[in-house]
Amino acid sequence: MSKRVGMEVSIAISEAVKMANVDVVAAYPITPQTHIVEHLSELVAEGELDAEFMPVESEHSAMSASLGSAAAGARTFTATSSQGLALMHELMYMAPGLRLPMVMAVANRAVSPPISIWNDHSDIMAERDTGWIQVFAENGQEAFDLTIQAYRIAEHPDVQLPVAVNLDGFTLSHVVEPILLPDQAEVDKFLPPWKPMLQLDPAKPISMGMFGIPEIYFEAKKATDEALVGSQKAIVAIWDEFEKLFGRKYNPIETYKTEGAETILVTMGSISETAMTAVDQMRDQGIPVGLVRIRLWRPFPDKEFKAAVKGAKKLGVIDRCLTLGSHANPVGQEVRSLLYQEKDRPYVFNFALGIGGRDVTRADFRYIYDQCQTLAAQGQDRCHMVGVME
Amino acid sequence: MSELQYEKISAKNLPQEEPFAPGHRACQGCGEVLALRMVMKAVGHQAIAVSATGCMEVCTSTFPTSSWRTPWFHVAFENAAAVASGVDSGYKALRRKGKTSQGRFPILAIAGDGGTADIGMQALSGALERWQDFIYVCLDNEAYMNTGIQRSSSTPFGAMTTTSPPGKLSKGQATWKKNMPAIAAAHGVPYVATASPAYYLDLMNKVRKAAATEGPAYLHIYAPCPTGWRMKPELAIESARLAVQSRVFPLYEVINGQYILNRKVDKPKPLTEYLKPQGRFRHLDAQTLADIEARVNAEYEKIVRLAGADKKPAKAEDKPAE
Repeated sequence: MSKRVGMEVSIAISEAVKMANVDVVAAYPITPQTHIVEHLSELVAEGELDAEFMPVESEHSAMSASLGSAAAGARTFTATSSQGLALMHELMYMAPGLRLPMVMAVANRAVSPPISIWNDHSDIMAERDTGWIQVFAENGQEAFDLTIQAYRIAEHPDVQLPVAVNLDGFTLSHVVEPILLPDQAEVDKFLPPWKPMLQLDPAKPISMGMFGIPEIYFEAKKATDEALVGSQKAIVAIWDEFEKLFGRKYNPIETYKTEGAETILVTMGSISETAMTAVDQMRDQGIPVGLVRIRLWRPFPDKEFKAAVKGAKKLGVIDRCLTLGSHANPVGQEVRSLLYQEKDRPYVFNFALGIGGRDVTRADFRYIYDQCQTLAAQGQDRCHMVGVME
Repeated sequence: MSELQYEKISAKNLPQEEPFAPGHRACQGCGEVLALRMVMKAVGHQAIAVSATGCMEVCTSTFPTSSWRTPWFHVAFENAAAVASGVDSGYKALRRKGKTSQGRFPILAIAGDGGTADIGMQALSGALERWQDFIYVCLDNEAYMNTGIQRSSSTPFGAMTTTSPPGKLSKGQATWKKNMPAIAAAHGVPYVATASPAYYLDLMNKVRKAAATEGPAYLHIYAPCPTGWRMKPELAIESARLAVQSRVFPLYEVINGQYILNRKVDKPKPLTEYLKPQGRFRHLDAQTLADIEARVNAEYEKIVRLAGADKKPAKAEDKPAE
């Protein structure tokens, strides 16, 4: 039986990592990721989690040590934010390419300059193309559940890829929420111990991380892409199984009041809850608006997204990241390019919102809805920055 | 402090096993790959090796071929020590939790001088400080050979490289070689040693000692590079020997902070005997040679004093140190 506990979301993630019975935690402190690894080091210090806690000297070494640990066959966790994730960037390609399962929590934070500790999605968007499975949590329960699920997904024989669980820094990581904590026995039933397919073991020597000449490099990359795209099947199956055991349903794409919606807002992460209340308000006023939330960002669920927005005339796609020098930002580009070939494609507008921790309010979503109506008349297609001083 | 227990290698019981296979793509006469083979012979099959990017990684792992008969892992250039740390901590957890039947075995991180003294310094320092149970092997060929002979902080003063060229305003490398063994020893780790492939028994026994040491061990191995040093391929071992005999590369250990000089060189060979066959030093004038000689002797004497060897009689020379 699960019990309902009021808990800071960072602590909930640590508890999920404990329940996943990880073997190694390698991390370096960076705001706002710190509470996650602080609590894990306490759990190890108190003997509540039997793991090696590696207080490494940088995020670069956190990821390097995680790669070594996963290659040894140990269940591995790390967490970071912002500059820390950027410092890992060189190594972000390694776990997918080497097919090493591991889980990383990213407490999303803006990237310097100017230095900012506050939330947006600039950090993870720079890692968009590295081959990690990337999911975005909306609330604390989801952050907890996704962390448990992430190990099951990463270690699935058909997947064997790393998973990044994204949660908005401070606005999600540092808030106290009611969390349904399952029993350890329930988690053990859902998440059995990892049996690595390949590992560094003197009893069965293999070479990992070899030199790829032009005759083989391309194929190696293709294989990683196929694994990533193919992982969606396992992800959906694991989410179905999770629902049977825990009663909570997870879809790659979530919809809210999209029936009959002429305009659909598209969000990722914790602003989606604010967006839902804004949709409620507008619906009460008779405005045909709905919300689509992307939970699974990589691999991008093309089919599910198209189905979710079917029938809409206008999409207001909201990004928490700026793609400098482009007409649109990552989510905006993704959606527009995905729908371009569709016969009855909606008008796709892209908005940048809540950059560098700027507050996001219900009024912003109403504003975005209104802009979708007027911009269509003006034929504008460049990204619109919401709430920025001119 | 109890003596380290390990099976000593002598000329009579050289390990027959070859965890490092032939057929790799190293240059003719490569001193580094010879040293690596000796390291792996001494460490044996029951080990895991992590390589930094560099000559020894590139020339041994062209997919689908591999020279590694032990488990081998390469990730990137600057992080061999951190990756090996992860392997160490991973296996510690797996052993404690009964998830592996493997007992303790040596975990090696292998890198060149650039991957150690320059870009890999931070990861190495972190791994030494965290007291990871591993052996760090720096194969020092005194420049970035894999990318085409660029200078590193381990390049000796005066040496010509492609980024320390002699010219109207330059005498070649303008800085003195970074003292990596001293930096490793400053972490207070239980075992630090220098070794040379010309003194192969000494080298292999130091590997055995490092493997027997619980906690971090650092080996700094001289690795002549005929290609990068502009010398005849057959001179790699000869130049490694001359480096020791001319005091350029003293052989010593630092065991729990105590320096031990393995070869006292009371009558050094003339420095020019070592420098002359190497084209990288061809341009040096008499004044620079004198400056280098003074520095070499000062550095050597420092080790002698640290080891207290100035108070002990010299051992016979030209015999592999034990």
